[in-house]
Amino acid sequence: MEITRQEVEKVAKLARLAMTEAETAAFSQQLNQIVAYVQKLKTFPTDGVEPTSTVLGQTNVFRPDQAQASLSHDQALGNAPDAEAHCFRVPKIIQES
Amino acid sequence: MSLMSLHKLTLSELQRKFTAGDVTATEIVRAYFLRVTQVEPKVKAYLTQCQEAAIAQAESLDRILKGWRKTTPMMAMPLAVKDNICTESVRTTCASRMLETFVPPYDATVVAKLRAQNYLLLGKTNLDEFAMGSSTENSAFGATRNPWNVQTVPGGSSGGSAAAVAADECVAALGSDTGGSIRQPAAFCGVVGLKPTYGRVSRYGLVAFASSLDQIGPITKDVTDAAILLGVIAGHDPRDSTSANVPVPDYLKALKKKDLRKLKVGVPVEYFTDGLDPEVEQAVRAAIEGLRGLGADIREIKLPTTDAAVATYYVIATAEASSNLARYDGVKYGLRAGESKDLLDMYLKTRAEGFGPEVKRRIMLGTYVLSAGYYDAYYGKAQAVRTLIRREFEAAFQTVDLIVTPVTPTPAFKFGEKAQDPLQMYLSDIFTISANLAGLPAIALPCGFSQAGLPIGLQLIGRPFEEETLLRGAHAYEQATTWRAKKPAIR
Repeated sequence: MEITRQEVEKVAKLARLAMTEAETAAFSQQLNQIVAYVQKLKTFPTDGVEPTSTVLGQTNVFRPDQAQASLSHDQALGNAPDAEAHCFRVPKIIQES
Repeated sequence: MSLMSLHKLTLSELQRKFTAGDVTATEIVRAYFLRVTQVEPKVKAYLTQCQEAAIAQAESLDRILKGWRKTTPMMAMPLAVKDNICTESVRTTCASRMLETFVPPYDATVVAKLRAQNYLLLGKTNLDEFAMGSSTENSAFGATRNPWNVQTVPGGSSGGSAAAVAADECVAALGSDTGGSIRQPAAFCGVVGLKPTYGRVSRYGLVAFASSLDQIGPITKDVTDAAILLGVIAGHDPRDSTSANVPVPDYLKALKKKDLRKLKVGVPVEYFTDGLDPEVEQAVRAAIEGLRGLGADIREIKLPTTDAAVATYYVIATAEASSNLARYDGVKYGLRAGESKDLLDMYLKTRAEGFGPEVKRRIMLGTYVLSAGYYDAYYGKAQAVRTLIRREFEAAFQTVDLIVTPVTPTPAFKFGEKAQDPLQMYLSDIFTISANLAGLPAIALPCGFSQAGLPIGLQLIGRPFEEETLLRGAHAYEQATTWRAKKPAIR
């Protein structure tokens, strides 16, 4: 099963990665090679086998719903590329009509 | 003892000297930074050094303690920490442009435990970007060199931590292991590396790569040191919902038995096939005879799904990585690309600039295997095969107490040898990946050297939460051999 360049471009968009022409070409070739190798999984029968998402078999882990100390505004914003008025600042999202 | 040779001591030896008052914290930190200054230009193990802070802390410890003292086990012990483990107010980069200036506002739980005992943080060690790789060649800030031969890789992803321990640039280090990232570099650098059972050690503050596989563990000069450090970092943590509420035993007690009588050790035939370097095979087979000589009952076992491990891993780990690394969006922390016309454009450019090629490749593969139409064929299938791998180990551990294998198919390879071929690089993890998929504890320790003088590693795999058996087996073998006496001539 061949992964086409169009598919690579689509996946890059889903992954929010801008790509150059050269990167798209290189990833197409490498992803095909890796995915071809991964086909080997088909040779292991798994009908009726439960999937493993975690080895501990835990589901939800809860704690009492009590307020606890947390980072201050300044600490939480300390690594922000852009911050203002106790908020993370981002490029404008809502378009003016 | 001269201060000049303090760096040669193991953690347990240095603890004794410090507790007895033979050496001060300031002397320890000065001796280590002298050593770092001498060898670091050749080894390049550290991304950040914390000399000033470590000296200031050591001086304050010495002022408080005078003469003989009873201390906490890790007090004044000079450690290195892999740079994907958060350290409050010390830069934590994951060897990525994305986090080049990131300064965590909190400590990882493992670091908080060490800090509570007044350890000395010497610095943060190099890794493959976001722990994705087997050589440190994927670090955005340059590769670390193997102290045994600077033309060869130290392994990865915890290559900086393993090289720092091997080169005596710290007394012990922390690494993280998602598919072999503690054990493979430990084997390549001739030191001890322990990946604990999944859930044994808190992952809080470990920058997430593949959350169902990641585990923090010790990289040390010998097995005793691994037992000490594991005892300090292990235990339940309310801040990590996947950490297990299982009591932490005294791991040093496990080392008291010097023989392996009544211990059943399995040798899986699938780990001794084509592609295994003859020198590695010879060393590992000789080590197995060594275990037999110590009284172990050696039995051949079968783990036929081993052949699926690499494929299973590279679907599950990349799927989880693509999800975990979605957080790097240029908003809350880390890099933000310059001019963007809108929010989407900012995401696209930030991630294109911030991530290196291997990280992008894995995000792409992970996004692909999770995308509509492929989820069941790849991700669902890999999760089912993961169950087969787990069951196979469960069945094997009905008849044996430990499993013994090589750590890697070859000794350390040269720079550039596999860098252009991602699949070949992935296949070098073939013997370490299964323990992560099954959540089992595993240890790597030296069992010989190649003709070229490169270390060869032995792997022991144990039942969940039976690190004591693992340490007992490793310690008995280590004490019966002299591999650890050999030190690299760094040149």
